[in-house]
Amino acid sequence: MEQSNTTPREARRRAWPMEKHRVEDWIGRIYTSICVVFLIAVIISIVYFVTSKGVATFAVNGVSLKEFFLGTNWNPQADTPSFGALPFITGSFMVTLLAALIASPLSISAALFMTEIVPSFGKRILQPAIELLSGIPSVVYGFIGLSVIVPFLREHVGGQGIGIGAGALVLSIMILPTITSVAADALASLPRGLREASYALGATRWQTIYRVVLPTVMPALLTGIVLGMARAFGEALAVQMVIGNSPHIPTSLLESASTLTSVITLGMGNTAMGSIQNNALWSMALVLMLMTFVFVLIIRLLERRNRL
Amino acid sequence: MSRKLPILLFTLTMILVLAACGSNTGTTGSGSTTGTTGEASTGTELSGSVLAVGSTALQPLVDQVAQKFMADSKYANVSVQVQGGGSGTGLTQVSEGQANIGNSDVFAEEKLDADKAKELVDHQVAVVAIATVANEAAGVTNLTKQQLVDIFTGKVKNWKDVGGKDQAIVIVNRPSSSGTRATYEKFALGQKVEDLAGSIQEDSSGTVKKLVTETPGAIGYLALSYLDDSLKAIQYDGVDASVENVESGKYPVWAYEHMYTKGEPDAATKALLDYMLTDEVQNGDVKDLGYISISGMQVKRDVEGKITK
Amino acid sequence: MSTVKVNQKARKRAKATDKLATVLIVTFAMAIVAILLGLLGFILFRGLGHISWNFLTSVPQTMRAGGGIGPQLFNSLFLLFLTMLITVPLGLGAGIYMSEYAKPGKLTNFIRLVVEVLSSFPSIVIGLFGLLLLVNTFNLGFSLLSGALALTIFNLPLMVRITEQAFAGVPKEQKEAGLALGLSKWKIITSIMLPVAIPSLITGTILASGRVFGEAAALLFTAGMSTPPLDFTNWNPFSPRSPINPLRPAETLAVYIWKVNSEGIAPDATQIAAGASAVLVIMVLIFNLLARFLGRTLYRYMTASRRMS
Repeated sequence: MEQSNTTPREARRRAWPMEKHRVEDWIGRIYTSICVVFLIAVIISIVYFVTSKGVATFAVNGVSLKEFFLGTNWNPQADTPSFGALPFITGSFMVTLLAALIASPLSISAALFMTEIVPSFGKRILQPAIELLSGIPSVVYGFIGLSVIVPFLREHVGGQGIGIGAGALVLSIMILPTITSVAADALASLPRGLREASYALGATRWQTIYRVVLPTVMPALLTGIVLGMARAFGEALAVQMVIGNSPHIPTSLLESASTLTSVITLGMGNTAMGSIQNNALWSMALVLMLMTFVFVLIIRLLERRNRL
Repeated sequence: MSRKLPILLFTLTMILVLAACGSNTGTTGSGSTTGTTGEASTGTELSGSVLAVGSTALQPLVDQVAQKFMADSKYANVSVQVQGGGSGTGLTQVSEGQANIGNSDVFAEEKLDADKAKELVDHQVAVVAIATVANEAAGVTNLTKQQLVDIFTGKVKNWKDVGGKDQAIVIVNRPSSSGTRATYEKFALGQKVEDLAGSIQEDSSGTVKKLVTETPGAIGYLALSYLDDSLKAIQYDGVDASVENVESGKYPVWAYEHMYTKGEPDAATKALLDYMLTDEVQNGDVKDLGYISISGMQVKRDVEGKITK
Repeated sequence: MSTVKVNQKARKRAKATDKLATVLIVTFAMAIVAILLGLLGFILFRGLGHISWNFLTSVPQTMRAGGGIGPQLFNSLFLLFLTMLITVPLGLGAGIYMSEYAKPGKLTNFIRLVVEVLSSFPSIVIGLFGLLLLVNTFNLGFSLLSGALALTIFNLPLMVRITEQAFAGVPKEQKEAGLALGLSKWKIITSIMLPVAIPSLITGTILASGRVFGEAAALLFTAGMSTPPLDFTNWNPFSPRSPINPLRPAETLAVYIWKVNSEGIAPDATQIAAGASAVLVIMVLIFNLLARFLGRTLYRYMTASRRMS
């Protein structure tokens, strides 16, 4: 196209201080660079704003770090207010770990089923179906938790139904698709020869899976689990609807508890910006953000191991 | 074409963003200027825009009244926007000048610093009464103040100790930042209570209602408008939680719904606030939506909770 | 002889374990399928009965039964449109940079880290950031624009990754052919690579849209939890009653489900929540199927035309 252009135009272009080429390339370079700069500006401002708000609790309001991270008493409206956020931090970790414990074996089994046992059916029907479920909005999971899981627990297990167990169950269903699709992708990407070699040696399917397949994809499976945990840790509404929101470290799975996200959801609108209680909520957002960094770090380390 | 497409899209976005920013300054500008024009040329039609932000408990009322207000030909050029976000958000935004009206369930002094609260003008538009509710399995119809305190402080753990059935008590409280809880603690319990381990906390009345109805032995508290046949109110010291008892001052667990403005309101905002207090609204929408009319109140209460007849 | 026996024993045991393991895996997998199918079935079963044309188009009711989700559905779609209008050009640009311009090194690694961290931020943190910066500091208020910008932050990393992958999937020969023709790099990107990448770009974008459609936590604090009465004959984007005014507050379908579940006092709140959930799930299903279908047909179309030329 360009080559077949008439020569006078070409000549005129050459007479310009910059070739058309260069101009085009500059446009592209500038446009894409602006986009990248925007991306970086966004993350810097998120980190800056959340950090500066979150640090205010300690720097401006004088709450000690020890009280915030190790205190178990959250009572911001009392005459001598106390801001111990440990119940929320432990709550977040508990639901996340529980959800991962419930979801991981199920998800990995499903992934094995899809790739090792009935690959054709798994690939064509199961995998798309599961990916589809990862798109279901979290409020819908919360709704289901409130109208199915909570009454079920109340009637068949005991307690109030609402509580940390219900929260963990809702989250585990939510992260099932995440872990399953990462695990299935990892399993499917294994070279066929690996399995065939194992079968050729006379190994059974389970021996192949247990001795050959699983060890090879272990880092990828862990990546999937950590991704699921990151999602569970940051989930707000679905958890808030079923966990009960009591600011205490629960002593049983059926007891009401809180997570960082649930207490932020409940308190943010009710407190005035700049008040000490509001600042304490921002500190919890800061903790959430820092945990995101930790999760990303773990995933990166796992990926590095995976590559080796 | 395909080369220009991204650039075109990008410029379009920029235009949109710029236009949006421009229009925003435009509306707030017109909002503040109409105040003066409205006062200067009385007789001409009022125009401007009013933004009311805050309490989700008050939002349905303000929403409904605002729709009627805008439908009124006198105020056809005034546009009112009502947004939720919670009492704290409403007070923050009105105090910082982002909203014209801050809707709140509690006195501004309870959420804001004293000097910030001083700048705000209080407009009380309705009263909300809060009733104690309990699950059927509790088997009680009346609780004294002392019994309530014992229950909410965890001294009493079974309904049989307060005259009910042998059934464990499950507390469905509100989070500590909630205005409803502040009201309940102040006027029903007379003291602040700590959150007990294992108690449930829900901010929204709908969830509280659902939980108290479904969970055996649950106790909670709800605004009168949420009560129906499925959930009955419990008497407080032998007094029914009814509109008449609140108006006469017999039933003490109630609070004002406030619409705060920063300083005196501009003409459009004032028109809306005045409209809120007309008999048509007070006897119509306020009652329809389950609030108690401010005009019917025979008692008054100040920030400290002192009652005057 | 004996070693053969031992071997046989071992083989038998291995086979038994194999059977047991297979049974276990199949059971677990079936359990998942059952859970997920049950879930979908439950939502659709509970909700479908409530969905009607009237439900999809009428306005919600606070107190009475029979409210619809019309404005919320429109808000969700319009917010999606606004978000994509901002996300696509930005994400496309950044993605192209990553796949075509970035040289391996510290800077590129840093950008990759930024994308990864941004994509793992909890949506509530992004919502809070939006509240602080967009709603309060930039004074955009609870508005569609604030919501769209917050969702852009949320969606941008995904779009970057989609673009990067789509461009990485373009055959090298095509790029080299462009270079041989003496085209500029940008020209190659826009007129050779972009058309080839378009099928996977579209698939990815639609899948990302599904995520935007269901997001709620980030919107609570940015797009708000209310919708002004909309006048669907008013298409002036600066009028506060206009549905397409980007500065009006807008409650999306997902936020509405959360609100109805917790605050709903209409007698049919549960059915509304079920109906709205079903609509939300169906929309996400449609997005998914559309993405797959479009991706496949476009790919076929593109590859076919390439073979012809």
